[in-house]
Amino acid sequence: MFPDQFLFGVEVLLNGLMAGVLYALVALGFVLIFKASGIFNYAQGVMALFAALTLVGIMDGQVPFSHLINAIFGTDVHHFGWHVPAFASILLAMAVMVGLAWMVQHFIFRHLVGQEPIILFMATIGLAYFMEGFGDMMWGSDIKKLDVGIPQGGSFWIEEATAFLGGSNFYGFFIDQLDIVAAVVAIILVVLLVAFAQYTKQGRAMRAVADDHQAALSVGISLSFIWVLVWSLAGFVALVAGIMWGAKSGVQFSLSLIALKALPVLMLGGFTSIPGAIVGGLIVGVGEKLFEFLIGAPFLGGATENWFAYMLALVFLVFRPQGLFGEKIIERV
Amino acid sequence: MFDQAESFVTADGRTIGAVMMEMKNITLRFGGVVAIKDISFDVREGEIRAIIGPNGAGKSSMLNVISGFYHPQEGEVWYKGARRPEMKPFEVARQGIARTFQNIALFEGMSVLDNVMTGRLNHMKSGILSQAIWYGKAEREETENREVVERVIDFLEIQHIRKTPVSRLPYGLKKRVELARALAADPKILLLDEPMAGMNVEEKEDMSRFILDVNDEFGTTIVLIEHDMGVVMDLSDRVVVMDYGKKIGDGPPDEVRNNQAVIDAYLGVAHD
Repeated sequence: MFPDQFLFGVEVLLNGLMAGVLYALVALGFVLIFKASGIFNYAQGVMALFAALTLVGIMDGQVPFSHLINAIFGTDVHHFGWHVPAFASILLAMAVMVGLAWMVQHFIFRHLVGQEPIILFMATIGLAYFMEGFGDMMWGSDIKKLDVGIPQGGSFWIEEATAFLGGSNFYGFFIDQLDIVAAVVAIILVVLLVAFAQYTKQGRAMRAVADDHQAALSVGISLSFIWVLVWSLAGFVALVAGIMWGAKSGVQFSLSLIALKALPVLMLGGFTSIPGAIVGGLIVGVGEKLFEFLIGAPFLGGATENWFAYMLALVFLVFRPQGLFGEKIIERV
Repeated sequence: MFDQAESFVTADGRTIGAVMMEMKNITLRFGGVVAIKDISFDVREGEIRAIIGPNGAGKSSMLNVISGFYHPQEGEVWYKGARRPEMKPFEVARQGIARTFQNIALFEGMSVLDNVMTGRLNHMKSGILSQAIWYGKAEREETENREVVERVIDFLEIQHIRKTPVSRLPYGLKKRVELARALAADPKILLLDEPMAGMNVEEKEDMSRFILDVNDEFGTTIVLIEHDMGVVMDLSDRVVVMDYGKKIGDGPPDEVRNNQAVIDAYLGVAHD
């Protein structure tokens, strides 16, 4: 028998891990693009939102740009009247993200090759607001329910299996099944991404581009192809993150704000490390939940989850600016 | 000098093939600075062609024109009997022209083996989807290309560092790994930008031997840049001499060595 307070702490920790996985998913998208092209993609969160909006739109058979069409032609169309199965919708949404990747490379970053990082960063801010507005115009701004068939609610199995740990007031750990699915999906995704980067031709080309542009060109790698590929992968990660967050709290425009939580995650994990994004996400997820439970709620009046991650990142920046796994910054003289 | 005959035999008994690449009246400017001024020369199949000249003569610019990193304002590049349109460096590489860099451009974070494997990228034809799921053709291709790469690694005697990250290697070995990567592409023409710069005598001898062996064993056409006259004269079949962006000599080493303009350029004579 463990004291209830301790068991509750463990539950908080587990839930923190699950929340951390979702932070890690968003951070992963940042790392992919930053590694390959040196672009810090502020629009990653909006990409997740856009992906989720598109997915819901396709599933529900929504007519894209219906407001615009109705305003111009005086019609009243909203839905095609069909429903697309979840799996087919996910494939179609992915195709849209690949198209988006191509457009981003073709219309924006192709023209900015060799520019200062700050200029590339500003371009992604512009992209973020453009996509937010475009997504709004295309699919409408109401909060949408996303149901792709992921089970939700507490897992009774886990509750029953762990109930014996505590006294009569303890009913077992409450863990949302959606969080478990998200964790499993994130782990699979990371394993696949690492395997792709490590053992395939395109993966090797991707790492080559991340390492040295000039050398990559000299062995016949097309930079713009690799950049489209990387943006597509980031779009894929964004779609997965969008599905998980969307299923959890509905597809709404505040989804794009999760991107900001990915910033402290990146400070911890390092901007160039895929495992770093995962570990950083878990640390932030667990850290903010435990801090709230142990210190925030009893002593500081609660709501510390809003700022804890940023404080942690600040402390990290002072002592280890390259993050946990980032490449060490050495200036040779 | 030479006529356009299909092939001929050099003074030291080596057979040189037909013209493979031709630079016609190349002029390259950076703003007001003329880096290359109206230069023409050809490269024949199977030869070792050197471009020499003092520092700042425009040798590297010339190599960058050949490999597509620079685009000349005037002149034409002919390759395999056809005029080559303006191409990006990766397109040139895909035509079978591999190169190394004066300042070494390796993938520092990757192992020697991975670096050399990137040289095979253009020989791997399987699509992105079969690559992603690592199915059938993709797996077979990886094995085949791995064999080629292992042969190159053996040939250049770098087996012992196969798994070492490149960033940990000393300078001389990095140069050799870069040569291995270029060679792994099985190039028609191999461009070497100062392959011996910054090396000690022993390393230079090693590198010279490898260059000759590559040419002998695989019949690879080699265009190399050096400013060390001694090394070049021993290695090459024909030499182009550049000074201040202009061609001042072209021919077999012995002929070039006795050319008055070349002697002046190297010993330093006041330019008008």
